[in-house]
Amino acid sequence: MPDNKQTPLDKTTLTNKLLAILPEASVLHQDERLRPYECDGLSAYRQKPMVVVLPNTIDQVQAVLRMCHQYQVPVVARGAGTGLSGGALPLEYGVLLGLAKFKNILTIDAKKRIAVVQPGVRNLAISKAADIYGLYYAPDPSSQIACTIGGNVAENSGGVHCLKYGLTVHNIQQLKILTMQGELLTIGGSGLDSPGYDLLALMTGSEGLLGVIVEVTVKLLPKPERAQVILAAFDDVVKAGEAVGNVIADGIIPAGLEMMDKLAIQAAEDFVHAGYPLDAAAILLCELDGSNAEVSEHVSRVRDILLTSGAMEVRTAKDEAERLVFWKGRKAAFPAVGRISPDYYCMDGTIPRKQLPRVLQTIADLSKEYNLPVANVFHAGDGNLHPLILYDANKAGELERTEEFGGKILELCVEVGGTITGEHGVGVEKINQMCVQFQSLELTQFHAVKAAFDPDGLLNPGKAVPTLQRCAEFGAMHVHKGELAFPELERF
Amino acid sequence: MSDQSEKLQQQVLQAIANSQALKIVGGDSKYFYGHTIEGELLFTTQHQGILNYEPTELVISARCGTPLSQIISTLSQHNQMLAFEPPAFSNNATLGGTIATNLSGPRRAYAGAARDFVLGCRLLNGKGEILRFGGEVMKNVAGYDVSRLMAGAMGTLGVLLDISLKVVPIPEMESSLVFELDQQRALDKIHELSSKAWPISASCYHSGKLYVRLSGAEQAVIHTSQQLGGETLNQADAFWLQLKEQTLDFFQSEENLWRLSIASDAAALSYEKCLIEWGGALRWIKTNDVAENLFATAAEWGGHATLFKPSANEASQRFQKLSAPMLKLHQQLKQAFDPHLLFNIGKLYPEL
Ligand SMILES: Cc1cc2nc3c(=O)[nH]c(=O)nc-3n(C[C@H](O)[C@H](O)[C@H](O)COP(=O)(O)OP(=O)(O)OC[C@H]3O[C@@H](n4cnc5c(N)ncnc54)[C@H](O)[C@@H]3O)c2cc1C
Repeated sequence: MPDNKQTPLDKTTLTNKLLAILPEASVLHQDERLRPYECDGLSAYRQKPMVVVLPNTIDQVQAVLRMCHQYQVPVVARGAGTGLSGGALPLEYGVLLGLAKFKNILTIDAKKRIAVVQPGVRNLAISKAADIYGLYYAPDPSSQIACTIGGNVAENSGGVHCLKYGLTVHNIQQLKILTMQGELLTIGGSGLDSPGYDLLALMTGSEGLLGVIVEVTVKLLPKPERAQVILAAFDDVVKAGEAVGNVIADGIIPAGLEMMDKLAIQAAEDFVHAGYPLDAAAILLCELDGSNAEVSEHVSRVRDILLTSGAMEVRTAKDEAERLVFWKGRKAAFPAVGRISPDYYCMDGTIPRKQLPRVLQTIADLSKEYNLPVANVFHAGDGNLHPLILYDANKAGELERTEEFGGKILELCVEVGGTITGEHGVGVEKINQMCVQFQSLELTQFHAVKAAFDPDGLLNPGKAVPTLQRCAEFGAMHVHKGELAFPELERF
Repeated sequence: MSDQSEKLQQQVLQAIANSQALKIVGGDSKYFYGHTIEGELLFTTQHQGILNYEPTELVISARCGTPLSQIISTLSQHNQMLAFEPPAFSNNATLGGTIATNLSGPRRAYAGAARDFVLGCRLLNGKGEILRFGGEVMKNVAGYDVSRLMAGAMGTLGVLLDISLKVVPIPEMESSLVFELDQQRALDKIHELSSKAWPISASCYHSGKLYVRLSGAEQAVIHTSQQLGGETLNQADAFWLQLKEQTLDFFQSEENLWRLSIASDAAALSYEKCLIEWGGALRWIKTNDVAENLFATAAEWGGHATLFKPSANEASQRFQKLSAPMLKLHQQLKQAFDPHLLFNIGKLYPEL
């Protein structure tokens, strides 16, 4: 749970002050209207906010922030609430600032290849609007029909195409943000760089702790002439992992390179009937895009590489319809797993790819130890692993066991030289694992960065960066980077 | 060839004790860039060596004093490269200076800048602490992106000790085309080309000629050359190298060399001596016009101007002014990393 900072304003006073700034319909304070906001995509954590505000102009957001700053009321920004780390989890004594009404695409400039959009615009809506110009916005999180661009910037979201086209941070050009003090800042510009520090990089992935994003200028790319997907089946996960390295060693950067293990394949196949081979231990989906000539050349090379790497079967989608079917299984992997288990818990570590065999083996061992099945979905090209732990929240203690298991997976990622989060963010969920990934000096530096923007710590307090005290408490009952403090003592 | 972290740390701790400002120097290849500053010299060149290079993981990590040329030749042995095509400006250029200046070459508009490829760093901050941010993996959102923040900070936030970068394969084939056009037509042409997914990796216009480089799979490059027309540029590699290293005739000048990073669709500017790169988004201008006019022109087109290489005796502000609240935020960040105000004071802005 976040370290809640108590507000000096009681609910009635706070509500009245907000009603003085906003139209009545934009202030939600009745219990039943607060409920939809009590969690994000990580529903294991729930907390009703004191008040929800849904402004629709920058001036209104500014007024809300100024008032909250004046009375030292904490604020949590929220886009679509699809986040998977509890980043938008409200505070009992705070304001939840919903940006869902900022739904307008302000400009699409085909010549400059940019779109200027409000923060509540959905990721997919941008590509849809740009389609008539033959352009699209490259980062494509699987949640793209629902998630907002503001949330994407706050989390530095990726998607299946980020191996070739980069993450959110590589695909935005300018932001307008409001600081907690209500100051409107333009970060970045119309050129490819801007004077001074790279605040665009600092804002991206800052999980709503540094400022509220009120406008985003994204880069658009021309749509490739052709995209082709290859599906390869392997009888062994390790072989599939090696095949990924072999494709890259050959000098090809695929547009997407995804892997699924047996349980994920089965779940996806049951759900969408993509024609995945059920006897495979792992499948790879490799998408190649570019000009017609380039794609033809690369498809034949990648096929050869996959076969020499020991694939039992290699299929090339015969047409666009089949390409979409191949992808459908992958894109629906999470809900597919949701069908075979009452609950699932999605992890998000990144590892150096060569560590894949070791990491998958350890996950399999832990899965036995905790008696909880795991389905693995993997952005294999860039080493971003999504183990989905299957559990049942209604069984006493199972969520706690799942969280402990998940924590071990993340610590394993750190141990092999990776990170606890590749794209879903730290939020409240991985706050303890931050103590494993970083030493207190680095955490102190993070707090200093935060203080440069928000000295009173009012924006999304308790998320993303743990206090040193919290780490001390966590560390006291925990193994730090494999160094056991009292190895002879039993752990609990 | 060795790890000098502790020695560098000692120098910083000593500087804190003596309230002595420090001037960080790598190969001094970009001595002309940024304001001239005072300070006890902190040399990074001894802190060198490649720490880790895994071609199939697409990542290289090296100490800041490692010569850029060594990085590039090591990568090329595995048919890989730095996608942002950094200018060296001298054989002495180091990795640290390359990242601290964030200068990127002709491929920048098509592949990304230095900052886009930074994955992680080890940093010596102004408290004399050694900190590690980011890592060697492609995707990492744990904590604020401090490593990328260091790109372009010109050493004002700390000493970059070690840096990890994403690397990419060298394209199978490159071929360049030349079109004879006036400036406005050339700008129109490059915009037209950029609106399609052609495998363009660089563009440049000057003296009546538009140069376009194609990179990618063999078939793609051959096919695109046929489609686009124009003349094939002979000795293209030499041309792009001279552009990147600023050894083309255009850059030999008695006048101030200005760099304007602006909206790509800006019209032809009123300065006569102009070289265009990055699909229109970068304009090099030779002029002795007053600085205010260049800053104003850049601002008009949504961008910023830099006095990149001043002619002698030019004392003007080098970088576009920041708005008051932005400057304040910059100062607060400076405080957060360098509370005793030690590193490269005034290199970027007098207040930092
Ligand atoms: C089925 C499913 C699949 C997913 N697949 C992917 C995937 O492939 N890749 C990926 O990266 N993520 C994925 N996600 C995670 C999630 O969709 C992304 O993190 C997304 O960017 C969140 O956007 P949102 O609008 O829902 O943000 P929210 O969940 O509302 O908020 C996320 C964080 O951003 C902050 N925030 C939101 N808006 C603003 C703003 N305007 N200004 C400042 N801070 C703000 C919040 O405070 C919070 O910390 C998936 C989620 C689900 C449920």
